[in-house]
Amino acid sequence: MRDPVVRGDGSTSIFWKLPLKPTDIQNGDYFHKVVDCQYACPAHTPVPEYIRLIAQGRYTDAYMINWVANVFPGVLGRTCDRPCEPACRRGRVEEQPVAICRLKRVAADNKSDVAERLPKVSVAPTGKKVALIGGGPASLTVARDLALCGHELHLFDEHSTAGGMMRCEIPSFRLPEEVLNEEVDYILDMGVQKHFNTLVTSLKGVLEQGYDAVFVGTGAPKGRDLPDLPGREEGAANIHVGLSWLANVAFGHVESIGRRVLVLGGGNTAMDCCRTARRLGGADVKVVVRSPFAEMKASPWEKEDAQHEGIPILDNHVPIDFVIESGKLVGMRFDRVHAIYDGAKRKLVSTGQPPVLLECDDVLIAIGQENSFPWIERDIGIEFDKWDLPALDEVTLQSSLPKVFFGGDAAFGPKNIITAVAQAHQAAVSMHLFLSGEDVRVRPSPGVSLVSQKMGIHEWIYDNIVINDERYVVPQVEVEAALSDRLLEVELGYEHAEALREALRCLNCDAQTVFTAERCIECDACVDVCPVDCINFLENDEEEALRQNLRIPAANLTQSLYVSGDLPNQTGRIMVKDENVCLHCGLCAERCPTAAWDMQKFLYTVTHAGQ
Amino acid sequence: MSYFRPGFRHPELPKNDLGYTKQQYEGAISTLCAGCGHDSISAAIVQSVFELSIAPHQVAKLSGIGCSSKTPTYFLSNSHGFNSVHGRMPSVATGANLANRDMIYIGVSGDGDSASIGMGQFAHVVRRNLNMMYVVMNNGCYGLTKGQDSATADVGSRSKAGSVNRFEPIDLASVALQLGATFVARSFSGDKEQLVPLIKAALSHSGFALIDVVSPCVTFNNNPGSTKAYDYVRQHMQTTSLVDFVPMAEEITTAYGEGESRGVTMHDGSVIQLHKLRTEWNPEDRQSALNALAESRERGEVLTGLLYVERDSRELHETINSTRTPLRTLTEKELCPGSSALETINNSLR
Ligand SMILES: Cc1cc2nc3c(=O)[nH]c(=O)nc-3n(C[C@H](O)[C@H](O)[C@H](O)COP(=O)(O)OP(=O)(O)OC[C@H]3O[C@@H](n4cnc5c(N)ncnc54)[C@H](O)[C@@H]3O)c2cc1C
Ligand SMILES: Cc1ncc(C[n+]2csc(CCOP(=O)(O)OP(=O)(O)O)c2C)c(N)n1
Ligand code: SF4
Ligand code: SF4
Ligand code: SF4
Ligand SMILES: [Mg+2]
Repeated sequence: MRDPVVRGDGSTSIFWKLPLKPTDIQNGDYFHKVVDCQYACPAHTPVPEYIRLIAQGRYTDAYMINWVANVFPGVLGRTCDRPCEPACRRGRVEEQPVAICRLKRVAADNKSDVAERLPKVSVAPTGKKVALIGGGPASLTVARDLALCGHELHLFDEHSTAGGMMRCEIPSFRLPEEVLNEEVDYILDMGVQKHFNTLVTSLKGVLEQGYDAVFVGTGAPKGRDLPDLPGREEGAANIHVGLSWLANVAFGHVESIGRRVLVLGGGNTAMDCCRTARRLGGADVKVVVRSPFAEMKASPWEKEDAQHEGIPILDNHVPIDFVIESGKLVGMRFDRVHAIYDGAKRKLVSTGQPPVLLECDDVLIAIGQENSFPWIERDIGIEFDKWDLPALDEVTLQSSLPKVFFGGDAAFGPKNIITAVAQAHQAAVSMHLFLSGEDVRVRPSPGVSLVSQKMGIHEWIYDNIVINDERYVVPQVEVEAALSDRLLEVELGYEHAEALREALRCLNCDAQTVFTAERCIECDACVDVCPVDCINFLENDEEEALRQNLRIPAANLTQSLYVSGDLPNQTGRIMVKDENVCLHCGLCAERCPTAAWDMQKFLYTVTHAGQ
Repeated sequence: MSYFRPGFRHPELPKNDLGYTKQQYEGAISTLCAGCGHDSISAAIVQSVFELSIAPHQVAKLSGIGCSSKTPTYFLSNSHGFNSVHGRMPSVATGANLANRDMIYIGVSGDGDSASIGMGQFAHVVRRNLNMMYVVMNNGCYGLTKGQDSATADVGSRSKAGSVNRFEPIDLASVALQLGATFVARSFSGDKEQLVPLIKAALSHSGFALIDVVSPCVTFNNNPGSTKAYDYVRQHMQTTSLVDFVPMAEEITTAYGEGESRGVTMHDGSVIQLHKLRTEWNPEDRQSALNALAESRERGEVLTGLLYVERDSRELHETINSTRTPLRTLTEKELCPGSSALETINNSLR
């Protein structure tokens, strides 16, 4: 295959095209990427594996798989940002992905007592002392992983107990306290020494106490304010920073709010603020956001829930000032804008209309949060970058002071719980290597296995029937009841029957189509039967051309092509499968007369500290 | 036997001129053995009818008995169908066609169904030039009754059980040519690049169009020593030419050197474009096709591709001057034209 190219000066060159090499399926990364949800999960939770267990009613087993991977299944099954769902393959063949997150909750709600299943510390104490600063999901995850390695752990938090923002910020109507306490206690009961009600004011001081390693999991605790907006000072009594206000509500320091409330901001914090305000006496609560509705940072489901509770969202409104009368806040003025785009850049431009006055009794500012490390001395060897964030190794999470590690929101700015957990697992791996005197850059490989699912001629160990059901809606309590009780959980969770059907929507993307070229007789049976036209037999070429030449061009470049080596017939063709919308239905393997296709379950597990 | 097919299809499935995707042309999930050549032919029929933008309800599928004759269940579920008696598909097709010439007739048969019990019927439907596509899914055996040698098995071909066939084979393509068939082609189930354009050409042909498709029986006749096995056919396959089917109103884009390429314009204006023609062979010369077949047989090759086409063929209706109107829409007025019409007829016979 060569294409002569004539250059401007008349000379000709011949370029050899580079046909694709056969896919190396021995390399775990290939099949890992096919399991879209697990790949997208920062902690790489084996999603299809636990969903199958839910379908079988094995809730406790499903729970434990989650607990090992993401530490807080009950919490995450209610609150996770679910990066897995937009990645879910089902969302590419129909409207909605599988409700991965809410199925996790089903496992947590229906499990039996797991006390017996939790790992026990079985190694001798190493004599190493570790300080964990901040008691959020990041520190707790490090604690769980390192406790099993035999290190002595000291957990510090300014509050009376652990949980971090899961406790102070996420309202109880989304995450009941009992659910959080249960999962936090599993970890605290693993022999962690608790230093609560302790605000750490000096890292130097901590280091002087002889810790062998320190983990900083203090989050991004500073809520952004609008200090320069006219009227901010005069109205201070009725203007609150959302982050601290939510914490005050959580700890019972604040129990009411004015009748008319404006919430500024378009992220999830704004959504929690407005819904909490509705429960504390705010009858007329409005969210006011600068950007267009579609570009708000809040997840679509959070916006829906807020609107469902009768909270209007006014977009394209930029605040001008707080309006103060007789020394008291009476409202806010906004300039109406519209967005103008220059490529990816967006500018909000005034429409020129007169400002809008929105009357109110209280304002909640929920426009973002920041890291803040006033307690870390800048002369102890920890470098900070130009954004005043610690300079870290992205893989090991080690700072420039070798014994100090970061994770969670403290590491790279505010994200979410699952990211905090994933980073903490990696930090724990690093810390254990460091404490064992080993190189933190030599990381343990993930666990991978591939097992045939064949049970009979056309029977598989997994349920390969693809059902057509649309995504099930999670039932909720009546709005009226919800608004009358701040602690009442809004979502009721799936019933068993719905959970089963929802679980069956999962396509089992971990049941991999494994191709053995030596067996293929090119009968085309697999090509003909595949309901989504994934499989092709054609001449090899460069990737771009090959993608174009498939029966249905492989336009989704984020999805891999599975490419075989030469086939025994010497027809000059190879097998190319576009992984994009494969339903993992197993029909190719059922119709193959020579078992050149087999369905094999691929299991990928992240290796945690000490494993 | 797989019994379930998911309801989802590729979200980017192309649509044809009628706005349908290939899904509207599918049939039930096949119950044939995994890897049976017949399933590939079904898939080729689905693809061809879809690409020709034929409305499924305008098609009638007819078949006899055999694994091959079961396949109409596995394609074009939205079309009409009649699964008839062993070897009797041609009679049923003839009746249906005479009753309604507006439909497109796809007959599916096997080598047993056509070359043994149905040989007489086959001969007559060919010589009458009934307007239909007649596909023989030719596996050299009686698949459905567990693999006995059929009349198309080659001399010396070895069965799965080890016995060697001693009888001369019937070559349906040659027989059809001799009986005056107006479109004859041969293909291989494992070569859709050739089979699909041939099916499209056959469907566009006005008159009888035979495609003899070698279609390995994976279960009873895909063993070493069989001349109808996947690997044997691949190794011995030759072609009369490469075939492209260019529907009416579409531009011919492939360029070939002079003498290498030839276009045959069909009754409806579409063109069968042939490239890299075999020497001494002329697609519109019956004798050269017979010669080419005989020479290939001599050399132990399986000659595939278009063998013969007669563009201005007179199909049965034209020969017998029957009515253009489907019988079901004839009213009493046309059927009982009255005594004066009878008088005219009687007078013409005096
Ligand atoms: C309103 C709101 C709603 C949210 N909702 C969700 C959600 O639904 N889903 C989701 O995934 N994420 C959500 N998040 C984000 C999520 O809570 C955080 O990303 C996550 O908790 C970060 O975990 P972490 O362990 O890094 O830190 P944190 O959870 O912030 O924990 C840090 C802890 O350290 C303590 N601390 C800080 N400094 C010191 C010090 N110097 N001494 C002692 N203790 C200290 C803090 O008080 C806190 O308890 C939300 C955030 C907010 C603000
Ligand atoms: C009248 C009659 N005689 C015999 C049979 C038994 N029979 C069923 S299928 C078949 C042969 C089918 O062979 P073929 O047409 O080649 O189909 P294949 O199964 O090979 O595709 C025979 C003899 C029958 N069904 N009816
Ligand atoms: S499992 Fe096989 S038949 Fe099913 S969609 Fe995937 S490639 Fe196609
Ligand atoms: S069904 Fe099996 S033998 Fe046939 S083409 Fe597919 S992989 Fe090859
Ligand atoms: S017996 Fe042979 S012809 Fe019949 S379905 Fe099986 S493979 Fe096909
Ligand atoms: Mg047969």
